[in-house]
Amino acid sequence: MSLPDRQTQAVIAANRFGLGAREGEIREAEGDPRGWVRQQLAGPAPTRLAGDGDLWSSRDSYSEFFRLLKQRQQMDKGAAAPGKDGPRPAAFSRDRYNAEILARTRTAAATTRPAAERMVWFWSNHFTVSAYRTSVAPIAGAFEREAIRPHVFGRFEDMLLAATFHPAMMLYLDQHKSIGPNSPRGQRNGRGLNENLGREVLELHTLGVDGGYTQKDVTTFAKALTGWTVGDSHRSEDGAAIYVDAIHEPGDKTILGRTYADGGREQAVQALRDVAAHPATARHMAVKLARHFVADDPPDGAVAALARTFRDTGGDLRALTEAVVDLDMAWGAEQRKVKTPQEYVVSSLRGLETARLDGPVILNALRVLGQRPFWAPSPAGWSDRADNLAGPDALYRRIEWAAQVGRLTGRRAENPARLARSMLGVLADRRLADALDHAGSPAQAIALLLSSPQFQRR
Amino acid sequence: MPTRRQVLGGMMAVPLAGLSFPRAGRAAARGDARLAVVIMRGGMDGLSAVPAYGDPDFHRQRGQLDLGPPGDGGVLDLDGTFGLHPRLATLHGFYGAGEMAVLHAVASPYRDRSHFSGQDVLENGTLTDRGAGDGWLGRSLRHADPSARRAISVRETVPLLLRGGKDVASWSPSTLPEPDADTLQRIGVLYEGDPLFANALRAAVRLNATVGRDLDTEGERRRGRLQQATGLMQVAGRLLAAPDGPRVAVLDMDGWDTHTRQNGLLDQQFTALDQGIGAMREALGEAWRRTAVLTVTEFGRTVAVNGTGGTDHGTGGVSFLVGGAVRGGRIIADWPGLAAQALLDGRDLRPTTDLRAVAKGILGDHLRVPGAALDTAVFPGSENVRPMRGLIRA
Repeated sequence: MSLPDRQTQAVIAANRFGLGAREGEIREAEGDPRGWVRQQLAGPAPTRLAGDGDLWSSRDSYSEFFRLLKQRQQMDKGAAAPGKDGPRPAAFSRDRYNAEILARTRTAAATTRPAAERMVWFWSNHFTVSAYRTSVAPIAGAFEREAIRPHVFGRFEDMLLAATFHPAMMLYLDQHKSIGPNSPRGQRNGRGLNENLGREVLELHTLGVDGGYTQKDVTTFAKALTGWTVGDSHRSEDGAAIYVDAIHEPGDKTILGRTYADGGREQAVQALRDVAAHPATARHMAVKLARHFVADDPPDGAVAALARTFRDTGGDLRALTEAVVDLDMAWGAEQRKVKTPQEYVVSSLRGLETARLDGPVILNALRVLGQRPFWAPSPAGWSDRADNLAGPDALYRRIEWAAQVGRLTGRRAENPARLARSMLGVLADRRLADALDHAGSPAQAIALLLSSPQFQRR
Repeated sequence: MPTRRQVLGGMMAVPLAGLSFPRAGRAAARGDARLAVVIMRGGMDGLSAVPAYGDPDFHRQRGQLDLGPPGDGGVLDLDGTFGLHPRLATLHGFYGAGEMAVLHAVASPYRDRSHFSGQDVLENGTLTDRGAGDGWLGRSLRHADPSARRAISVRETVPLLLRGGKDVASWSPSTLPEPDADTLQRIGVLYEGDPLFANALRAAVRLNATVGRDLDTEGERRRGRLQQATGLMQVAGRLLAAPDGPRVAVLDMDGWDTHTRQNGLLDQQFTALDQGIGAMREALGEAWRRTAVLTVTEFGRTVAVNGTGGTDHGTGGVSFLVGGAVRGGRIIADWPGLAAQALLDGRDLRPTTDLRAVAKGILGDHLRVPGAALDTAVFPGSENVRPMRGLIRA
C-alpha cells in the first residue's frame, strides 16, 4: 500500500505512535517520520518518572498499608471509634495512588520519547492490575515501574516473569491464597488451589483465549505456580514476592504436553518461559499490537508479520515495536483509532503545554472521563476499540472537559489556527480552520479543537 | 439434615416456587415493559433487609443485629414471620399495595465468598467467574421483545451484567460544567463527516434532555455517595419513562460490605435504597404500571454477628422485586430455617432459590424472552433451572 505524504506521516508519528504533538514536534518529525519514532525506541528502558523521588517501592508501600490496616482493625474491635488521628489505611492508599498517577501523567505529558511511553502504557494495560481490588491500590503504580518499564524494550518472557510474580499481580489475581492441596500446609488446613492467576496468564497474558490450552492445563499450571506468594508480617520479607516450599503442590506437572519435573520454585518459572515462547503467544501479542496501531479488527497481513517477528526474535520487544513501525498498514492516513481517555488527557496536556492543567485538574479529568490509571474493570484491561470509547456519555464528557480546559487555558489560543497546526499538522483541515477562525472566544476555540474528530482520533 | 419447608410459628404460609403459582399462560403481550436491575455491591445482608423475626432461632442467632419485633422502632411487619428493616418504609408501602415481592434465601450459583468472583458470576450468568465476558441481561436483550431492546447503564461504564446487548448506552452525572449550546452546535458541525461521533453526540444530547437539568447530581455527589445513588435511581426512572427512552436500566449501589458496626451503616444504606426506589417510582409516573425493579447482590452474609458488630461474606440473601407490573404482596421463600444444622457450612443462610430462576421468570414474562434463549444464550446450561412463573402481573 502507498504511504501518505510526509506531512501526514509526521502527524501520524506524533499522534498514533507518540502521545499527541507538543509544539514543534510535528515539524521535527517531518524530515523522517519513521526515523523520528525509531530513535525513541533506541536507548535505555524508560524507567525514570517526573518527580519519582516521591514514589514508594511496592514493598515499602505494601508493608505500610498493611501495618495501618492492622492497627485500624485492632481499634475497630475496641470499644471506641478511632478518632481523626487514628491510622488511616485508606487515606494512605489514596495518597500513594494519586502520587503515582500524577507522576505517570506528567511524565507522559513532558517526555521527548512519547513512543516509548506509549509502549509502557500498552504493556501495562496488557498486564493489568487494578486498584479496583483494595489491596492493590497502594502498589499498582509501583507495579508498572518495577515490572513493566524495565522490560519494555527487553524480552517478553522477562516481562512476563516480572509481572506474574509481582506482589500486585499476585494480590490482584489471588495467588497469595493459592495453596497446593497436597503440600504440607494444604494437607494440614484443608485449603486449596486458586486458579485465577494461572488462568489469566494463559488466557490474557500469553496464549490467548483461543490459544489451544485446556482446563486441565489451567489447573496444572496453577499447581505449578503454588508456593509463589506475597511475604507478609507473619512470614518474612513483608511485601516481597517469595517462594514458600510448604505450600507448593508436589509432583511433576504436564502443561501443554510438556512435563516439568518437580523443581519447587523453578517449575513455574520454566513453564512460564515455555508459554512465552509458544506460537499462540506470538500470535496473541501480534493481534493486540496490530489492534493498537492499525485497526480495531486488524488485517491478517499485519498480524502475521508481527507474529513472525515475535517468533524469530524470541520475543524481543524492541524488535517487535520496530516491526510495528515498519508496517505500512500502521501508517494509513485514515485515523481509525479513537484515543482512550488517558491518551486524550495526555495529548491535551502535550498540545497546550500549560501549567494550569496540573494536579487536581489531571486527577479529576482521568476520573470523570472514566479511565483512572490502574483502575481497569477487569484483568482484561481497558478496551482498545472505538465502540467502547466513543459512546454517547463518554463523548459528551470529553466535550465538557474540552470546554473546561478552554476556560482554564484560553489565553493559549490567541492564535487558534496556529495552535491547531502545531497539534494536528495537515489534519487541521478547512472545516476545522473555519470553525476556529469563527470561534466566539479563545476558550471556545480550544473547546472546538479538543472536541474535533481529528484530535479525538489518532 | 435440616427440615425444610417447615411452617414456622404455625402461621407462616410460604409459597413454594413452581408449585403455588398459577401455571396459566404468559401475560398478554403488551410491549413497552420496563425493567431496572439494581446491583447491590458488597453483599447485602438479607437478614437485616428482611428479618425472619418469627423464626424460633432468629434472636439467638442474630444477637445485637436483631432489630426487635414489629412496633416501637422494630421491624415493619410483612406476614407475621418476616418483617422489613425499619428504614424501608416506602418499600413496605409497595408491599402493602401488592407491588413488591420479597425473594428470600436466594442466591446466584456462586458458592465461594469473594466479592470479585461473586459479582462476576452474578452478572455473567454462568457458573464460573470467567464463564462469559458479557452478562445475562445484555445477552437477553438480543432475544427480548423488540420494544425492550434498548438499555442504559446509569453510571460511567457498562457493567458486565449489561454487556452483550446491541443498543446499550450509559449516562452518568457529570462533575463538569455544562457546555453552552452555541459550542455544542459548533461541535455538531465539526462532526458532520464522522458518523460515529455525530451519532454519539446526538444520542448524548437526547439523553441529557430526558434526564433534565434539575437533578443537581453534582451537589448530591458532594453530599455523599448514598445521596448520589438515590439521585441515580431517579434518573433511571426518568430515562425509562421517556417515550423514546431505554426500556432496561442497570444501576449500582455499593457500600453493602458491612463487616463492622453494621446496624448504623445499614440504617443509611436502606434509607438511600428506600428513597431511591421511591424517587424512581415518582419519576416513572404512569409507566410505573409496566415496570419491574429487581435488586440483586453477589451473596448474602453470615447469619451470626461477628466480633465487630457486623457480618462476613455468606451465601443466601434477599432480592426485592418492586413495581406496578409485579404480582407482589408476597414473600417467596422455601425457608431453610436458621437452626445451626440448617445453615450452609454452619454459617450462612442456605440458599433454596436460584436467582437465575427468578431472572428467567422476569425476562420471560416481562421482556418476552423465549424459553429456549433463556436456557442457553442467556443462562448457558440452565435447562434444569425452571423459570419462576407468576412474578409479573398477567
